[in-house]
Amino acid sequence: MKNWFKNIDSNLIRLLIITMIVFIIMAALVPSKFLTLRNIESMSFQFPELGLLSIAIMITMLTGGIDLSVVGIANLSGIFMALIFTKVIPEGTSGFPMFLYLIMGIIVGVSTGAFAGYLNGLLIAKVGITPILATLGTMQLFTGIAVVITKGFAISGFPEAFLIIGNSKILFVSFPLFIFILTTAGISVLLSKTSLGINLYLIGTNEKAAVFSGIRKARVLIKSYMLSGILGGITGVIMIARTNSAKADYGSSYVLQAILVSVLGGVNPAGGFGKVIGVVIAVLALQFLSSGFSMLRFSNFAKEFIWGAFLLFIMVLNFIQNRKAAKNIVKKEDLK
Amino acid sequence: MKISASKNMLKRFRHEFIILAIIVVLSITIGSINSQFYSVGNIYSLLKSTVIMGLFALGSFLVLVSGDIDISFTAIGVFCMYVTSKLVLLVMPGAGIVLIMLIAGLMGVLLGFINAVFISLLKMPGLIVTLGTGSMIRGFLLTFIGVRIINKLPDSMIAFSKITLLHKAQENGHIVGLSIGFVVFIAFAILIYLALKYTVTGRAVYALGGDRVATARVGFNITKVQFFIYGTVGFLSGLAGVTHSSFMRNGNPFDLVGTELSVIAAVVLGGTSITGGKGTVFGAVLGVFLLVLINNSLIMVGIPSYWQRAVVGIIILLSTGSVALQERRSRGV
Repeated sequence: MKNWFKNIDSNLIRLLIITMIVFIIMAALVPSKFLTLRNIESMSFQFPELGLLSIAIMITMLTGGIDLSVVGIANLSGIFMALIFTKVIPEGTSGFPMFLYLIMGIIVGVSTGAFAGYLNGLLIAKVGITPILATLGTMQLFTGIAVVITKGFAISGFPEAFLIIGNSKILFVSFPLFIFILTTAGISVLLSKTSLGINLYLIGTNEKAAVFSGIRKARVLIKSYMLSGILGGITGVIMIARTNSAKADYGSSYVLQAILVSVLGGVNPAGGFGKVIGVVIAVLALQFLSSGFSMLRFSNFAKEFIWGAFLLFIMVLNFIQNRKAAKNIVKKEDLK
Repeated sequence: MKISASKNMLKRFRHEFIILAIIVVLSITIGSINSQFYSVGNIYSLLKSTVIMGLFALGSFLVLVSGDIDISFTAIGVFCMYVTSKLVLLVMPGAGIVLIMLIAGLMGVLLGFINAVFISLLKMPGLIVTLGTGSMIRGFLLTFIGVRIINKLPDSMIAFSKITLLHKAQENGHIVGLSIGFVVFIAFAILIYLALKYTVTGRAVYALGGDRVATARVGFNITKVQFFIYGTVGFLSGLAGVTHSSFMRNGNPFDLVGTELSVIAAVVLGGTSITGGKGTVFGAVLGVFLLVLINNSLIMVGIPSYWQRAVVGIIILLSTGSVALQERRSRGV
């Protein structure tokens, strides 16, 4: 057991070093563009969305589940907020009333996420549907509801004050990055310091033992999917504030990307292992690769290729190292 | 404990029966709203719609039974389709469809073997490997081979889409036939069923999903079994790719990728356990039928197109939910 955690940590350190190497290589290749304040800033506006979605998926992976609906949740939350901003707020509102309306919109968005996650949790924990099927179904359902509301069109034109969330900076730190840091710190504490977090890891490590030791599995599972939904809702806030529009099927390729980021960050899709910091490093690594190769004028498709290669490279490295480590401790029977 | 044979059957195929019942109930409902549903033309077109997802699902089924997961098969399919079409157009535009399918299939086998190398020799989880290889294969295709839609496919591919069997005249005088693609799909389903039931490697696929360590101790060559699995997935994907472009009458390198999760959902819906060791070909085929029925028949019931996704979601949840509840009850939980 201890050995496993040790492995996870050394994997994280390796990922961190490789991420730094990627950063240095990119900086060396295109120093005039990559190392500019402008690039750092623009990166800090880009990755928080994918980062939050990846952490949402990570939380569900800790129990051996998955949440394919998280992008659907983000879009649905975005659309409910967009409705409030465009239909509810009377024209000419400003100052404090405007502030209250914005808060109301954000609360509606995030609670949409929580409710959607609650529904996922119910379907998985109470009805007993496999997570991949349940969330594939709700992904269709949430996106479907969003399509019904918008008839497929984008809603745009939000109050200036709201757009601040997606487009402004607080002391050199972009607002989305600020939200990202706060949220990940919160989730990190939640996972490592609270009983909910520890129960999540236990269910993913050994479900039966966890149940027999008195953990109320259904409740923990429901909470984990709610948490994932809330993160989806927060992502929705950032998404519509950054693009000034809400659309039913925005960012559908985010789902697989977020899974890629989580496994790259050392999350075990079968449950039990994974840390927030790993996912954060992984999303940074992909952002550096992605920005760097953009500056080298690579197409998006080439980036897809490079992301895949990067994932395999890191994973092969981890597996070889871990096997070496395992062999040193116990001479295991070779299963060939 | 003696249970009568029929009861035993019912128990063994409980899941399949539930799915079948759902298909029947849905069909009756749709048919009672729009009698056009029962027309030969519609049934033939529904069956044709199952072919691509079905071929992919057979491969996915094998992987899931062996206790792993593969999401690169759509990328393999589109890669084989596009590269084969280009190659054939360049070198021998007159090639027959069987040869074209063989080329695409073998290309798929090679790509599947790449997955097998990582999964089997390096013992890495399939999801991680195929996330990587899938995006590499598609990225490679779109970066180095082409992004342009091939509008003029080899003649034999176009001809293939027009081959039909069991011709029937419809009320309006049109003669409709069942696409040969469906026959290909069912033939491969039977082939895989037989391979799983009667060959040692086939039995080993189930064993591997049940208990990997025990499978190795009994003396199965796991490496061989996994190369068989991922090679077959590749072959079927190549076939699905070519059939897809033949049906669409063009070769679009942006097609197919993005459907992999629905394919896996169809297989799991059909009763294949996502943790391995359990599942039947029949169930997987039924799962595909159910999803295709849901996806393609809403228009017949008069549901406006922008309602489709929501209704598809609800029906998926209702079907999977009723199966899950049934199984809970049967286990007495």
